[in-house]
Amino acid sequence: MKNLRMRVLTSLVVLAAAAWFFYPLYPYPFEGVRLKLGLDLKGGVHLVLRVNTDDALRLDTETTMEQLREAVDGKGISGAVLSVVTPTQFKVEGVPQSQDGAFREAANEVQASFNRESGVAGTYTFSMKPNIIVQLREDAVTQARQTIERRVNELGVAEPVIAQTGANNDQIIVELPGISDVARAEEIIRSTALLELKMVEDGPGGTKENLLQSRNGAIPNNMEVVPGAADSSQRGDRAETVFYLIRKVAVVTGRDLRNAKPTIDENGRPAVSFSLNQDGAKKFGKATGENIGRRLAIILDGRVQSAPVIEGRISDEGRISGGSFTQQEVQDLSLVLRSGALPASLTYLEKNTVGPTLGADSIRSGIIASAVGLILIVVFMLVYYKLSGVNAVVALGFNLAILLGLMAYIGATMTLPGIAGFVLTMGIGVDSNVLIFERIKEELAAQRGVRQALDAGFSRVFLTLLDTHIASLISAAFLFQFGTGPIRGFATTLSIGLLSNLFTSTFVSKTIFELVLSGRKVQTLSI
Amino acid sequence: MQIFHNPNYDFLRWRWHALILSWIIIAAGIGVIATRGLALGVEFSGGTIVILEFDTTPTIDQIRSALDAQKVGGGGQNIVVQRYGSETARQVMVRLPHSGEEQGTSLTRTADEVVKAVKDANLGGFKQVGSQVVGPVVGRELTQKGLWATIFSLLGLLVYIGFRFRLSFGVGAVVATFHDLLVTLAFLAFFRYDMSLNVIAALLTVTGYSTNDTIVIFDRVRENLRGMRRDAIGDVVNASVNQTLGRTVITAGTVLMSVIALYLFGGEVLKGFAFTMIVGTITGTYSSVFIAAAIVTFWRGKNAPRVPAAAAADVAPKKKNGKRDRA
Repeated sequence: MKNLRMRVLTSLVVLAAAAWFFYPLYPYPFEGVRLKLGLDLKGGVHLVLRVNTDDALRLDTETTMEQLREAVDGKGISGAVLSVVTPTQFKVEGVPQSQDGAFREAANEVQASFNRESGVAGTYTFSMKPNIIVQLREDAVTQARQTIERRVNELGVAEPVIAQTGANNDQIIVELPGISDVARAEEIIRSTALLELKMVEDGPGGTKENLLQSRNGAIPNNMEVVPGAADSSQRGDRAETVFYLIRKVAVVTGRDLRNAKPTIDENGRPAVSFSLNQDGAKKFGKATGENIGRRLAIILDGRVQSAPVIEGRISDEGRISGGSFTQQEVQDLSLVLRSGALPASLTYLEKNTVGPTLGADSIRSGIIASAVGLILIVVFMLVYYKLSGVNAVVALGFNLAILLGLMAYIGATMTLPGIAGFVLTMGIGVDSNVLIFERIKEELAAQRGVRQALDAGFSRVFLTLLDTHIASLISAAFLFQFGTGPIRGFATTLSIGLLSNLFTSTFVSKTIFELVLSGRKVQTLSI
Repeated sequence: MQIFHNPNYDFLRWRWHALILSWIIIAAGIGVIATRGLALGVEFSGGTIVILEFDTTPTIDQIRSALDAQKVGGGGQNIVVQRYGSETARQVMVRLPHSGEEQGTSLTRTADEVVKAVKDANLGGFKQVGSQVVGPVVGRELTQKGLWATIFSLLGLLVYIGFRFRLSFGVGAVVATFHDLLVTLAFLAFFRYDMSLNVIAALLTVTGYSTNDTIVIFDRVRENLRGMRRDAIGDVVNASVNQTLGRTVITAGTVLMSVIALYLFGGEVLKGFAFTMIVGTITGTYSSVFIAAAIVTFWRGKNAPRVPAAAAADVAPKKKNGKRDRA
């Protein structure tokens, strides 16, 4: 008797806890149903991007090569030609025999992360070490993820999801619930926002040929030609592209940035002002102090935004203006500059937008399907198992309540396939009752008393139920491994439903039988 | 109430018929897949889906000609335009295949073109309520992951059932489950359902669920092997299938009720899922009765004669009684 009271109490406490988790009545005012909804139900955008880690490798290879070039020049080695072969490889040709020793010395000073191979006639191949490649790739993805995180946070999206994924772990999932301007969010996430300040050697010129005329069309080794928009003072109505000859080594880059915010330039047009950190300010101050009267190029993503003449030593302030920005653009540009440059470009692999109405439709049809499924099953159980059917229906009610409560408690996400898992839990849930009831019928037919039949029914079927539930959980676990967002929601719902079903069909259902039969002498069972 | 009163069907006698029927379905399925290919959902094939909601729904042809007028996505037959959701939802889905250079910067270009084309055609007020754009790389990775998940889940079941019962039972259950997957795939091909993520989820659920009936039957076989020591393995299996026939059918029935409700009312996105579950549940029950049990009989009958021939002859007449005791 005492035992029975404990069982009833346990069942009710579990039910009450589940109800509370799902719909907490405290704190006041009530927040309503506390169940996380997936993107497919509440609307939003789901993006999958791949980080092109080759970019980061190529950048490192180029930087190392440029450093080697400077060291080679410094030692007065002439005739060596350096070029990048692949993102992880560069080669040096034509090192004079007599200066071979000096070259090796220079190479040893500069590159620790490359393997050097010497070929015929003063040729050297530098290949990035495999462990460095792996490291750089990992760093690039991690950095990209952190940068995107900062950008998304600045966008002010509630409960975003940002995670790494993919076979090579080089993809990033971004989920932004309830966002309306998808195109803008996409642009902000994707823009590389690589800011570089470099010294202008020559220009601007209207064409590349004009620019290089005085140098017989050859670009010096340590320089590059970068396109940019013509300054508004020089151009007519249409935007013209001009070219600058620019020193490859940057004075400062976006890494040295402390802050960036929207402002207006001297003509009252939208612009972005930035300030540099200590390190950057030191470098910037030195460079501007030494180059008064020359032009400084402000380059964003490989395009010169403006190239003002340095009028005096500037330490830690700068401005990006080109006259063609809109208010929205300078806001977004400040945002991406503040959050840092991406270490590599991104490719969109997948984009999934769910409007709020579509999500609401899904919730509505999910509720209707659940209701119809529930009615069908309840009617069947009542007709087929009569009063014992009532027992099964009550147990099913417990099962579904615990399912929702547990999901709310562990913070699992309900998705559209999750609703399918919910409906499926009803159908699979009563299976356990069916197995137990059929066994009880068998035991009754074998001329046992009601009580013995009940006990035998529950105890003999228990192991079978354990086996069937574990079998289903095994495939649900692999499903969880396989899937992303919505599918995981399904696997989670199904698994929790299976676990709670094991409890309700054996413990709760048995308790109800005992409660009804307690203290009575029964000859027959309505089953 | 009882569906079957003391059923006593000789299921094992029909195992060859069942096997032939299964092979016909699977072969036909393979034939359809080989000739027409398996229709792939956008998650696997890559491409663009745009869902538009109109104030008053235009005809499908009107939308088609609007798209053709601007040669959206290259125009042509590869574009699917169909009603989406219920009649009252006034929604239309446009699906376009991948057009090559779409990946990267202009991933959403095709979607924007669809909206522009429909707007230009003056088909009344509408808004874009959803879109899905998938590049070609995602699909390849997903196919691989899906296959591995299925293989591992079958292996997991083999190990678990082999451990809880015997190896022969594990093999029987896994072969039956594999059979269910093939038959379900065949039906998906017959009815031209897209292989979507949801369908894969349903297939993996079928993997787990279809072993349920098998486990119930095996459990009874194990129990009966103790009680019917003198009977041939075939008789024990037959008796077990018959004794559990009622619950096998009812449990499948309740699951069918829930997935049919899902099929009819669960909305457009879950149609493929529900269809897969409906077929999977039916074939799962069928294979538990005809295939799994037959494999156990075949395996055990071949490897281990249960009793010496003389003893078997001795107790043969009592066979029926043994069965009735349990029923």
